[in-house]
Amino acid sequence: MADIQIPEIKERIEIPNIKTGATADYKCYPASEAHMTKLGFPSKLVDNWKEKLIEKMAELLKKYRSLQVYLDICVKCGSCTDKCHYYLGTADPNNMPVARQELMRKIYRKYFTPTGKLLGKLVNAEELTEDTLKEWYTYFHQCSQCRRCSVFCPYGIDTAEISMAARELMDAIGMGQKYSNEIIAKVEETGNNLGIPGPALRSTLDFLEEDVKDTTGVDVKFPMDVVGAEVLLIAPSADFFSTPHVESLVGYAKVFHQAGISWTVSSYASEFANFGIFIGNYSHMQKIASRIREQALALKVKRIVVGECGHAWRVGYSFWNTLIGPFDFLDPKYPAPQHICELSYDLINRGALKLDKSANDEFTVTFHDSCNVARASRMGKKPGGQFEIPRALIKATCNKFVDMAEHTIKERTFCCGGGGGLLTDELMELRVKGAMPRVQALKEVIDSHNVNFLALICAICKAQFSKVLPYYKMPMEMVGGVHQLISKAIVLGAKE
Amino acid sequence: MGAALRVAGEALFFSSLFKGNKWTWIGGYAFHAAFLVVILRHLRYFLNPIPEPIALIQPLGIYAGLVLPATAAYLFIRRLIVDRTRYISSIVEDYVLLLLIISIALSGLLLKFVTRPDLINIKAYMLSLMLFRPTTIPLDPIFLIHLSLVLILLIYFPYSKLMHAGGIFFSPTRNQADNPREKRLIAPWAEIKEKQ
Repeated sequence: MADIQIPEIKERIEIPNIKTGATADYKCYPASEAHMTKLGFPSKLVDNWKEKLIEKMAELLKKYRSLQVYLDICVKCGSCTDKCHYYLGTADPNNMPVARQELMRKIYRKYFTPTGKLLGKLVNAEELTEDTLKEWYTYFHQCSQCRRCSVFCPYGIDTAEISMAARELMDAIGMGQKYSNEIIAKVEETGNNLGIPGPALRSTLDFLEEDVKDTTGVDVKFPMDVVGAEVLLIAPSADFFSTPHVESLVGYAKVFHQAGISWTVSSYASEFANFGIFIGNYSHMQKIASRIREQALALKVKRIVVGECGHAWRVGYSFWNTLIGPFDFLDPKYPAPQHICELSYDLINRGALKLDKSANDEFTVTFHDSCNVARASRMGKKPGGQFEIPRALIKATCNKFVDMAEHTIKERTFCCGGGGGLLTDELMELRVKGAMPRVQALKEVIDSHNVNFLALICAICKAQFSKVLPYYKMPMEMVGGVHQLISKAIVLGAKE
Repeated sequence: MGAALRVAGEALFFSSLFKGNKWTWIGGYAFHAAFLVVILRHLRYFLNPIPEPIALIQPLGIYAGLVLPATAAYLFIRRLIVDRTRYISSIVEDYVLLLLIISIALSGLLLKFVTRPDLINIKAYMLSLMLFRPTTIPLDPIFLIHLSLVLILLIYFPYSKLMHAGGIFFSPTRNQADNPREKRLIAPWAEIKEKQ
């Protein structure tokens, strides 16, 4: 903790003057040769990496209209320059979204556009060198793919898309990142990011059953691998083993119990997270997701419901139908996988759950919109449901709720600072500084309303804030899930 | 439908830029609006007879002709003095392009307010150009400069960031409907992969 310079929290978020190279030495560990090989990438930097990279870039430009358009149409208006939490927290100009894009765009110009070939530096076109590659590795691993910049771009240029492509390109020449690639290798082998085997999962679930029985006196089940259950629950594996994540898992179980919905988790597909998206790799995204389809079929479930996880909800909502659809085997009443918040919201609206708000009276709650839920997916039938539904759930479970400042929530929400494959210890300084804008907004409501509970629906946000808030002298205990609040407020056995 | 409205909002009102930066929005919006009016005003040199609406906007076009270089200069200066935009600007794509547009506007204003060339002659020449049967070019020096600069801009247009004019309609962030649950979207290359 000592050697990290913690940003000062001011009255409002100030736009810093640029400090060139401020984060140039932040480096994440390279992927091991074993993991690279497992994922089908070259184990280390290939000799002809230049040709390889350009060749792969041509392929991606052809495959992804988004990439081609985004590289072509930026006018450098500057609207995005002060929108990235990493820029606001570090002042490194390469963390301005447009400058991050330029790292790829200057290579694109040199090798793919007539003006770049002809005019070179005059139009910011540059030869691909080892220095470029180093810059890429550094700064494309300082983007959490939160898409905040794209909200303010007049052309909707999405830096996430560009950083995903950059990571895909680097993987293709043997320059992978340890954190994401190790996890992808693990989930493809074991079914979850943590590498937990079935029996260990079962004993955790047993422990939770006993624990809930002890505290409530009610037999709430945590079923696993039950054929013929109505719902297959796909939760981020952190929900089984991390704090405060597990409190939300208990919440899901209580909701199912109280609504009388039979459900099960799967030991084979025990992971909702899908880090394939972080490295922009379609095949791995598909491979990771395919276990879920297999298990839904094998367990003969009628519905798929997913837990609190941000990027995974983007994958689940936006890409599952493409990757592992069609879901024609599900109950036609619930033809698409649902978010647990959607399920609980429906139940509450139908009066199927009894909630005692006073159980959460010790809390004044605020809600952090997780980036991938807020800007890359939806909940419910109406636009903006991803903002309204979690807030409606919180308001149904507690008496005191207050939103943070308008320019820091909903579609303008700030990233927690740890998303997009950056939730790794060697990037702690980046994570602490990147959290600054969110912490600033949080501090405002702590000072004005005594907020003491930060409600989340993302496993990464939960882990990141638990770790980072103490740097800002805020208690990690204030971090929790939306279903953690439901878990406390739900009245069990009260159904007539 | 929602997506169409979204794209229209971006194209007509620069709605995301408005969210992002009010100062850039004011300058950028006035610049683009003025440019549009100036171009419409110039249609009178290419159409015979002059359509009623084009005749009507002629006085407005003069004001737009004044706003155009003023806002371009404003955008140029803003680009230069804000450290973040200075960092991301490139010589040709950003500064030279703006200077080119300012020069076009100023040479046009000179033609209007100072040198007063033979407009009948110029219009006859433009009409002949449109039919690919050019007559002798009018040898007014300011007119020649004005026309040459416009031609340079048009030649550079398809290779430059000016393509944002069309590109905005292709941006997937804005033009896609929010329907991935209802509709299974699959790229042609992914479909091939799936069948293997």
